[in-house]
Amino acid sequence: MKQETRPLPTQRPDDRKTTSSQPPPRFFELIPSHTSIDFVAMAPRMVLLSVLFILVGMGSIYLRGLNYGIDFAGGTLVQVRFPQSTPVADVRAALDLPGLGGVVVQDVGREGRDFQIRVQTADEATTSGTTEVVRAGLREKFGEGAYDILRVESVGPKVGRDLWRSATLAVLASTLMMGVYIALRFDLRFGVSVAAALLHNVLFALAAISLAGMEFDLTTVAALLTIVGFSVNDNVVISDRIRENMRKTRRGDLRTILNVAINETLSRTVINSGTVIFVSTALLLLGGSAIHSFAFTLLVGFIIGTYSSIFVSTPIVLFLDRRGARRR
Amino acid sequence: MAVLALVSVVFLVPTFARSVPYWWPWQEPIRLGLDLRGGTYLLYGVDIEQAIDNTVDRQMQDLEREFQSARIGASAIERDGRVIRIQLANKDKRQQVLDLVRERFPNLKEANVPDSGVGGLAFTLEEREVQRLRDSVREQALNIIRNRIDQFGVAEPTIQAQGADEIVVQLPGIEDPQRAKELIGRTAVLEFKLLAQGPQAGTLEQPGAGTEVLRGKGDDGGPQRYLVERRTLMTGDVLTDASVSPGSLTEGMVVNFVLDARGAKQFGELTTAKVGRNLAIILDDVVESAPTIREPITGGRGQITGRFDFAEAQDLANVLRNGALPAPLTMLEERTVGPSLGKDSIRKGALSFIVGSLAVFLFMAFYYRGGGLIADAALLTNVLLVLGVFAAFGFTLTLPGIAGIVLTVGMAVDANILILERVREELRLGKTARAAVEAGYARAWSAILDSNVTVLISGLILFQFGSGPVRGFAVTLCLGIFTSLVTAVFGTRVLYDWRLSRRRLQTVSV
Repeated sequence: MKQETRPLPTQRPDDRKTTSSQPPPRFFELIPSHTSIDFVAMAPRMVLLSVLFILVGMGSIYLRGLNYGIDFAGGTLVQVRFPQSTPVADVRAALDLPGLGGVVVQDVGREGRDFQIRVQTADEATTSGTTEVVRAGLREKFGEGAYDILRVESVGPKVGRDLWRSATLAVLASTLMMGVYIALRFDLRFGVSVAAALLHNVLFALAAISLAGMEFDLTTVAALLTIVGFSVNDNVVISDRIRENMRKTRRGDLRTILNVAINETLSRTVINSGTVIFVSTALLLLGGSAIHSFAFTLLVGFIIGTYSSIFVSTPIVLFLDRRGARRR
Repeated sequence: MAVLALVSVVFLVPTFARSVPYWWPWQEPIRLGLDLRGGTYLLYGVDIEQAIDNTVDRQMQDLEREFQSARIGASAIERDGRVIRIQLANKDKRQQVLDLVRERFPNLKEANVPDSGVGGLAFTLEEREVQRLRDSVREQALNIIRNRIDQFGVAEPTIQAQGADEIVVQLPGIEDPQRAKELIGRTAVLEFKLLAQGPQAGTLEQPGAGTEVLRGKGDDGGPQRYLVERRTLMTGDVLTDASVSPGSLTEGMVVNFVLDARGAKQFGELTTAKVGRNLAIILDDVVESAPTIREPITGGRGQITGRFDFAEAQDLANVLRNGALPAPLTMLEERTVGPSLGKDSIRKGALSFIVGSLAVFLFMAFYYRGGGLIADAALLTNVLLVLGVFAAFGFTLTLPGIAGIVLTVGMAVDANILILERVREELRLGKTARAAVEAGYARAWSAILDSNVTVLISGLILFQFGSGPVRGFAVTLCLGIFTSLVTAVFGTRVLYDWRLSRRRLQTVSV
């Protein structure tokens, strides 16, 4: 493989005019400004790793399924809090009722004070009544006011089915629109590579959700859609730089141009991802259980989005370019 | 930028201050979603197809009545899907029936049924009537539910249509929605039928021709089954008012109803003709009571006694006043959040917001020094602006919405990072401070624009896809993009220009 040397910044034609004799200024930097890492050469191995991880994740989804929340699976969820520690057996006993089948009671921490009750119901008709049966069962056993009902969620199976369709549609539609937008703003190669990278990100995030056993619900889908929109950013910045460098210098092959662009924007890529990773970590650690899987998906998605903009989408651009060249 | 921040603060004071002075120009705090303030969210599906079937049913009953008054004998009038099949006793009356339908039933047309035979006729609904029902049924149901909820007395309820056939009801502060659910879900079709009597009536076990068995309440309040004539004599659509009053000791509360002129006449004729019989008052196929008609009732007033307690009677009067739903509702989704969880969520949301923003703030100031501080100023304005818009336009803030704002903090600095990194690059090339800033903004612009457009696209898709809390997230995301574009690009630029021109700075700290 031919090793290319990265052209020094001062060799850029339009910058020479302003070059002065001053010593170059120094900045506080996390990423040194003159990195020249051959990312493109590392890409194939990284893609292989990604594919492996996704395959393991898909295997896990196939074998164990996703941990569907109420939104998708349908059924009823009641979360209660007792003022004092209560044996889980007592809660189970309270719900051992003829009208309820398939009750799962889970202790969700806080020294046996918080419980999550999940009832699987098959059809719409029973869904609406289940919450009342659960309430009545608790009232009977513990007495009114001896506990606090934190939340009740009851979702009929129709909603879950509709949700599946619209979630898949929304993720695919936004991936496609990103690809089209990039194809219009840059060119087709970039459009295709971005769409492929986004799909990779979504699959990767799904694999991670399954492996970590995270709950998959409406907010998870919202997080997936968000990372689709956000991880395009890194691609945009790199592609923008590629385009700029292509205009400036006619020489050098695409491979070099890609490497230069990634290196030049590396600091920005890492720092910007850093800030969103900060905030999504804060959401994950401090945001509470209601947005736990949402924050998890965001965090994984942001990290993967950054990684894929460097290692997944650029080699695809190169691959498409080579194929195009061969055809020509 | 300072002006924007200041205006936002004006809008935000009612949200964060304990009390707002009366002269303050804005008094409304940010509206909180049910997941933060506590309350119940109900999603109903409207069965529009059933409503069309019901309309066919009603048309058939009207037809039967017309046949009786015109003395047209029919051996059978029945509904087969959306088609009314009639078998005439005398086939010579065929033309008379066709004329009658043309004159009195503009919504019916002759149906094309092959095997109708001699004396057989078939009618179905006109296309435009079916279309009208499809268009109006949900709207009708929405209005009826709105009226019922209004009279139920909840503060700030929201009742909205969603999609083609869904209705969302949001009831803030309602923790146990049992009574509200019963009130909303009740179809409330009121019918009057006679208790079956005589040799053809049959028994409860073997109902005779033209009779049916209905569940109901007995005189002692326990369950009882009734044998009633299948024919509906009157329906509740002639009701104009209903109210509650105490009945006798054994009766509990009773519901009084008032009929309109047409209904009063009909009721008068009916009770005159059937003195001595028992009239079953049926609500949604359940017999509430079956009093004996002692004398003709011509005043257009009646009473339902069903051993109601006060709340029951009140809700019954409510649904009767507001009319029957045109179609049955199916509950698709119910979500209730207790107030303690809501407070918990606000606390956690605020905490993660503060920690996340602080981390970004400190990082920017530390890493980019002066440039970072300017970016921080933009970020602060941005957060104030997003919240200010929420307060000013009455958007609803949800927990995912808070998460969206936290995320916006992370994303908004993106533009500044792009610009600052670019300025650094230009400075490395030896450009002057001024030229570097110029070039930094000029060259970063296209990437900033593209990245904001892409997030905006996914935000819009998210809005389209989601409901409730997720929409709240989509709103904050999109809003954050606009405000961050204003503050991070134009706001900071103004600050730089001001600094560079005023002090003739030769250096910028980035």
